[in-house]
Amino acid sequence: MAMKELYARLKALFPLGELTEQRKDLAFVTVPAEHLRATILHLRDKEGFTHLVLLTAVDWLEEGRFQLTYLLNNRQRACDIGLRVMIPRDAATMEGIHDIWPTAATYQRELREMFGIDFPGSPRIEEDFILEGWNDIPPYRRDFDTLKYAQENYSERPGRVTHDPETHMRLQLYPGSKP
Amino acid sequence: MKPELMKRMVKGPDGLEFEVEPLRDYYCEAPPTVMPAAYGKIVEDLFNWARSESIWILGFGTGCGAIEMRPLMTPRFDAYRYGVQWRPTPRQANLFIISGYLSTKTLKRAIRAYEQMQNPKYVIGLGSCTINGGMYWDSYNTIKRLDDYLPVDLYIAGCMPRPEALLAGFMDLKKLIRAGNGEGANQYAENFAWYKENQKRVIHDWDMPDYNW
Repeated sequence: MAMKELYARLKALFPLGELTEQRKDLAFVTVPAEHLRATILHLRDKEGFTHLVLLTAVDWLEEGRFQLTYLLNNRQRACDIGLRVMIPRDAATMEGIHDIWPTAATYQRELREMFGIDFPGSPRIEEDFILEGWNDIPPYRRDFDTLKYAQENYSERPGRVTHDPETHMRLQLYPGSKP
Repeated sequence: MKPELMKRMVKGPDGLEFEVEPLRDYYCEAPPTVMPAAYGKIVEDLFNWARSESIWILGFGTGCGAIEMRPLMTPRFDAYRYGVQWRPTPRQANLFIISGYLSTKTLKRAIRAYEQMQNPKYVIGLGSCTINGGMYWDSYNTIKRLDDYLPVDLYIAGCMPRPEALLAGFMDLKKLIRAGNGEGANQYAENFAWYKENQKRVIHDWDMPDYNW
C-alpha cells in the first residue's frame, strides 16, 4: 500500500511512467531521463530514500534502447524503489548522479566500459575500469558475441566434449535406449 | 602506455634535472637464459631432492581456487608438514599455483610475478579453468589454456579440486622434481619468443618490459 501512496505523491510532481510492484517493499517506476535528477533529489531529501543500492543497465537490443535502473533504499521504512530510465541505444549518454552519491561514479565507470553508456563529467570516466586494452564493442551489449570473441582470441585445447545433460543421463541410466 | 612509464625529464630534490626512462632504468631488458645443470648427476640428484622438499608457494590467488589453499595452510590439512609453505612475495617463492580461472588482466600480473620468481621455479595449474577454460570456455576475458602463456609442470583437475587433491599434486610435483623434470624455467627461457607472442596476443595494452625481473 505504501508504495502506491508514494507513487501517487510522486505522480503529482513528476510525469512518471507505469508502476511495477515487485514485492510489498520493492517497486519499479519509469522516469523520463530529463526528470531523473529531480526525482532522485526529491526521493532522497523528502521521502527518505537516502541510499543508492545499485545502478545498472539492461540492453533492450530489439527496441534500440538501454534501460538504466537506479535502485534506492529507504532505511527507515525498509523499502526499495527502482527508477527505470530509458535512453536511446545509439550514442548512449546520460547525466551522471555522482554529485548526489559519490559511489555512483564507480557504477558509471563500469557502465561506460561494459555497455558503452557515457556519463560526461563523471570522475575518471575515461580510465579503464575492469578491462584493460579492450578493442571490441563493449562486452555487455547484447550484439557482442562472447563465444565468437573467445574462439578468435583464446586458444583452445583440443578434446573438449560437451554432453547434452538429458541425453547423457538417459544413456547412463537406461543403456541402449533411443536418444 | 601509462604516463609514469614514459621517458621524461625529472627534477631531483637537489635541483638537478635528469632524464628517466622507466622501462630501461628500472627493469632488466635481457631475456632469460637457459641454466644447464651445473654439476654431475649425483650432486644434481641431491640438489633436486632438496628442492623437492622445499616447495614455497607464492600466495597469489587468481581465481576461486585460492579458497582451497586456506584449509591447506591451516591445521586441518596442514601442508607445512610436507615442506610446503606460502610466501608473500615472488622473490621468496618457487612454486606458482594458478588457482582457477585467469582473466587477461590477472594474466598480466601473473606473468610479472612468475618472471620475478627465482630459478628453479615451478607452475601448477589448479582446476579445469586452467586446463581447457572450464566453465569460462566462452568468456570474453578469460584464457582457456594456461600452458600457452606459462610453462606448466602439473595440472590438478577438478572444479574445484579438494585440498586432498592438492596434497596429491604436491607429491607428484616432488616426484617430478626429484626425477629432474622440473625444468619449467628453462623451457620458458628456451621458448621465450613463443611465450611472449602468445602473451601479447591476449594482453592488448602491453605496458611493461618484455622481461622484468
